[in-house]
Amino acid sequence: MAETSYKAGVKEYREKYWTPDYVPLDTDLLACFKVTGQPGVPREEVAAAVAAESSTGTWSTVWSELLTDLEYYKGRAYRIEDVPGDPESFYAFVAYPIDLFEEGSVVNVLTSLVGNVFGFKALKHLRLEDIRFPIAYIKTCGGPPAGIQVERDRLNKYGRPLLGCTIKPKLGLSAKNYGRAVYECLRGGLDLTKDDENVNSQPFMRWRDRYEFVAEAIKKAELETGERKGHYLNVTAATPEEMYKRAEFAKEVGCPIIMHDFLTGGFTANTGLANWCRENGMLLHIHRAMHAVIDRHPKHGIHFRVLAKCLRLSGGDHLHTGTVVGKLEGDRNSTLGFVDQLRESFVPEDRSRGVFFDQDWGSMPGVFAVASGGIHVWHMPALVTIFGDDSCLQFGGGTQGHPWGNAAGACANRVALEASVKARNEGRQIEKESRDILTEAARTSPELAIAMETWKEIVFEFETVDKLDVA
Amino acid sequence: MSAATEIGNYETSNTLETFGFLPKMDQNEIQAQIAYIIANGWSPAIEHEHPSRSFDHYWTMWKLPFFGEHDISTVLSELEACHRAFPDHHVRLTGYDNYTQTQGAAFVVFEGRG
Repeated sequence: MAETSYKAGVKEYREKYWTPDYVPLDTDLLACFKVTGQPGVPREEVAAAVAAESSTGTWSTVWSELLTDLEYYKGRAYRIEDVPGDPESFYAFVAYPIDLFEEGSVVNVLTSLVGNVFGFKALKHLRLEDIRFPIAYIKTCGGPPAGIQVERDRLNKYGRPLLGCTIKPKLGLSAKNYGRAVYECLRGGLDLTKDDENVNSQPFMRWRDRYEFVAEAIKKAELETGERKGHYLNVTAATPEEMYKRAEFAKEVGCPIIMHDFLTGGFTANTGLANWCRENGMLLHIHRAMHAVIDRHPKHGIHFRVLAKCLRLSGGDHLHTGTVVGKLEGDRNSTLGFVDQLRESFVPEDRSRGVFFDQDWGSMPGVFAVASGGIHVWHMPALVTIFGDDSCLQFGGGTQGHPWGNAAGACANRVALEASVKARNEGRQIEKESRDILTEAARTSPELAIAMETWKEIVFEFETVDKLDVA
Repeated sequence: MSAATEIGNYETSNTLETFGFLPKMDQNEIQAQIAYIIANGWSPAIEHEHPSRSFDHYWTMWKLPFFGEHDISTVLSELEACHRAFPDHHVRLTGYDNYTQTQGAAFVVFEGRG
């Protein structure tokens, strides 16, 4: 086979890595990049360069290439498409043979696909829009420690979204006062409360003290309400050793769920922790601090749908997805697109939702979509419509900002949630009829009436920065 | 008026999960929820338990799940029959979803006197 002779020098990437006739294999990992090249460089050359630099290639021919069968191992740019409404950029589709990647390692996949290539001088901008993971690769990943169905069974929550909130103020409370805030929320009707992402183990509240007081708050609320409760104890820490130590203690005090920040903590830590959770019967809530740094620029970085897919493979039972209606960025169709990737077993290509490939998830458990940030009772019917039952709706300010305090705020949210779900089940158009549904429910709930009065004027109407490119 | 008098006092109650925060449903409302379960292709099922054991995962089943039942009034009369037989028990209606293997719906229809 080795009939080629070695010629040193620099070749054009497209000679080897642009293969428009290639038909991708079912086992190939496929990627779609939005590429903005430097002026004057042909699209095929840029696309081929991306394929080469994110797989086997380097800028110069090397003799040792001839010791292997690069035709088997190389990535291939196989399709180029216009980006609607953006003449400067184009989509490049690249196919990677599955053997380029270590089994069960999203770390390895990302190191290849979004590694050196993003700093490449021939590119002005580069954005990884989507990855199609072959089912053969998905079967090598652990995925969510429990998944939606198992979490529902453990927590006894059926037929509605879960209801939660982040404890505020995010920093500065002592452990005992913090536990008080948790207890008040849970006794008032929330299912779950949450450490904020930057609550780790600061001088004002060390982790062990927080875990003990929070565990007592959960137990007391469960006894008094007859419902199952939990609090996401944040185990994100400076080192994996410390993270596991905290996870072990969370289990010891009887908390059903812990939490991790998968981007600041990193995929290695996250995958390890997910494995630990699976072995120890613990649920895992995933926060996404730092995501907007990576995913918000429409031409550079990684789209959140890719980060969401990677998280489902790495492992987590909940993932924040934005709210569409609250204070944080999020286009509705795009959000629905990656919410599907978290929860469904098969997601078909749908450009109107930013989904570039069919994605078969096989038997991988689903992840609850978490909507959190600047939402309140008035948003409830819209949130139930957008996110459906397999979601966790979190009202921080919208619970604890209630004039009567956390328990009444929790009750107001729970009444609004249940009224919305009940009306939906009755076949009503709850987003359109939201005012009527909430007003009816408030007649028997002074807590909801006051919440509606408190937040009636608050809306967040800004243009989305990262819009879908649709024709 | 002082600020304190304007603040209401929220008292914790035993709420028994989904729909526990809404007023007791009348017969039409219960029928609408049964219709939702049937329209989704789920199997209606009834279970009951004494309030002192309501935190348990498993409640006692009333007969078997009503596989293939499309008549709302049959399910409603079974709920009422269960309530008559166990007036002290909570009676819960669930909708078994065999595709996702979860309960698409579950709520207490009758609260037991305990």
